[in-house]
Amino acid sequence: MPDILQVQGLETQFRTREGIIHAVNGVSFNLKEGETLGIVGESGCGKSVTVMSMLRLIPSPPGKVTAGKALFQGRDLLTMTDEEIRHVRGAQISMVFQDPMTSFNPVLTIGKQVAEPLEVHMGMNQKQAEDRVAEMLAKVGIPNPKDRLNNYPHQFSGGMRQRVMIAMALVCNPQILIADEPTTALDVTIQAQIVDLVKRLRDELGMAIIWITHDLGVIAGLADRMAVMYGGFIIETSPVRDLYAHPTHPYTIGLLGSLPRMDEAGSRRLVSIDGLPPVLLEKPNYCPFAPRCKFAVERCWHENPPLMQISPDHYTACWVDTETGRERS
Amino acid sequence: MTSNEVLLQVRDLVKHFPIMRGTLIQRQVGAVKAVDGVSFDVYRGETLGLVGESGCGKSTTGRAILQLYRPTSGSVIFEGVDLVKLKGEELRKTRRRMQMIFQDPYASLNPRMTVGQIISEPLIIHGIADSKTAQERAEELLRLVGLNPAYTNRYPHEFSGGQRQRVGVARALALEPAFIVCDEPISALDVSVQAQVVNLLEDLQSQMGLTYLFIAHDLSMVRHISNRIAVMYLGVVVELADRHELYNHPLHPYTQALLSAVPIPDPVIEARRQRIILKGDVPSPINPPSGCRFRTRCPLADTICAEQRPDFREAAPGHWVACHMV
Repeated sequence: MPDILQVQGLETQFRTREGIIHAVNGVSFNLKEGETLGIVGESGCGKSVTVMSMLRLIPSPPGKVTAGKALFQGRDLLTMTDEEIRHVRGAQISMVFQDPMTSFNPVLTIGKQVAEPLEVHMGMNQKQAEDRVAEMLAKVGIPNPKDRLNNYPHQFSGGMRQRVMIAMALVCNPQILIADEPTTALDVTIQAQIVDLVKRLRDELGMAIIWITHDLGVIAGLADRMAVMYGGFIIETSPVRDLYAHPTHPYTIGLLGSLPRMDEAGSRRLVSIDGLPPVLLEKPNYCPFAPRCKFAVERCWHENPPLMQISPDHYTACWVDTETGRERS
Repeated sequence: MTSNEVLLQVRDLVKHFPIMRGTLIQRQVGAVKAVDGVSFDVYRGETLGLVGESGCGKSTTGRAILQLYRPTSGSVIFEGVDLVKLKGEELRKTRRRMQMIFQDPYASLNPRMTVGQIISEPLIIHGIADSKTAQERAEELLRLVGLNPAYTNRYPHEFSGGQRQRVGVARALALEPAFIVCDEPISALDVSVQAQVVNLLEDLQSQMGLTYLFIAHDLSMVRHISNRIAVMYLGVVVELADRHELYNHPLHPYTQALLSAVPIPDPVIEARRQRIILKGDVPSPINPPSGCRFRTRCPLADTICAEQRPDFREAAPGHWVACHMV
């Protein structure tokens, strides 16, 4: 499958009272057509800022994309005119957000809001748009979709609202769906419903997905490939199975070890990662994980490791081979 | 660590929040039946996990046990005394024996007090220490929860979420309680920091012989930390069992669906798993379904489920369940 999106060397900074925060520090990744990529990391690691930068949704000031390219079907999203990017957003690349309550306009009906991209991007009239919206709402599992067009967001439950949000994101048949922690605010049985729905729609519509999450459980069953972020860098990326079976970066190892698993027989002590995630007041010229790392060697404090290929499709940013404990040559 | 001595006995605990209408003359038009008849025992030295989805009444149960909400009816017998009947000074004194750790480490620490003041306040209120010894005790407690004792003069905003939660733990330990209600103590924290706090709670339990009621919606974490687990749905406990028993042989259809919905961080297992996807949402606790609360979403529901509320009975030794179909 050809690449539909190529992000190269993306850097984003925020100006704050304390100084400049280096939120994203040179992130590169590719997304293939129809592929599901999971971006995983803890709060503040830059996972949301990465996709927001790509779509030019970073409020400026205080934010600024200072370097990099985001090539969508060969065209750079970062240098397009406002008119062009507006057409890409919503019609070709669309987004689902974490909080389904605050991402809708509370004073417009669901029918109006879901129809808006159709009227703006596809030039449909109200009648055509309404039919398409009802069809889409039925597809995401909203009972009596025709009647519910006139309902307001508060008349839906959290899970139903997230379904409507997905319907709105997919109504123009985008090539890429970006989901930013879409199930974090939901209960686990509702989360299962939404994940199930997204899988079904993916098989039916064939869009590529970027799924941002801190939950290593959800992504295990959903993504084809995964990128783990820390301190504004991608520190490990590989196909999902490989990453869970052979994590190589000390942070990924720690993250997987700190999760209790429901299918574990006994009870072991959780592996905790000491210390705290970094505050990115300067762009680190050493490995950002070094202060918390059990494997750190002299070199980690002088040189930030780039992503290095360790097997055909597995890249890791670490100077140490964690399997042997020896420095990579 | 777990003994057979019952530390806390909760019987038919009910907490209804009245819904009032009218401005001048208020009258009650209904009630949110947040907790509607909950019974369980907590043994000394154990961790009882209380799980359920948002709005199921798990936090209200925790607060009603500590009398932070006065229960509508039922009894809470703690070390032989019914807390529901206590008031004033007597109740205040028993509060020394039971403490709480809150979910939000940002909202549960007073921003205008130093960490030392926060931790020593309970000691001063209960007249256990004067301000000098309280200060020393605060330093000792900070060391106990893994923070630098020199931090006593710092304010909560100078700490990260995980560190604040440690301060919350230190405050709860100040009075050397026997029993601590942990109300979602880790859900506001990052994954790598969650493990730090859970390990701390486990260490303190084995050092000091604490008993925990651990309230959470994260089933994998509850399974990790608890000895026994109670599952709540819409104000009632639907199943209670030893954690291995509950995860290996869940009897209630809700527990089965809940367990199957929890993702496992392993793509190979995830690819093979069969999920039970529940239909619809949790009904409103203002007007819960008749009979069994779960029947509107239950794949096994029959006519009897609408007519009769199922008894909470012991289906196997130590394994309690409330379902007509089991």
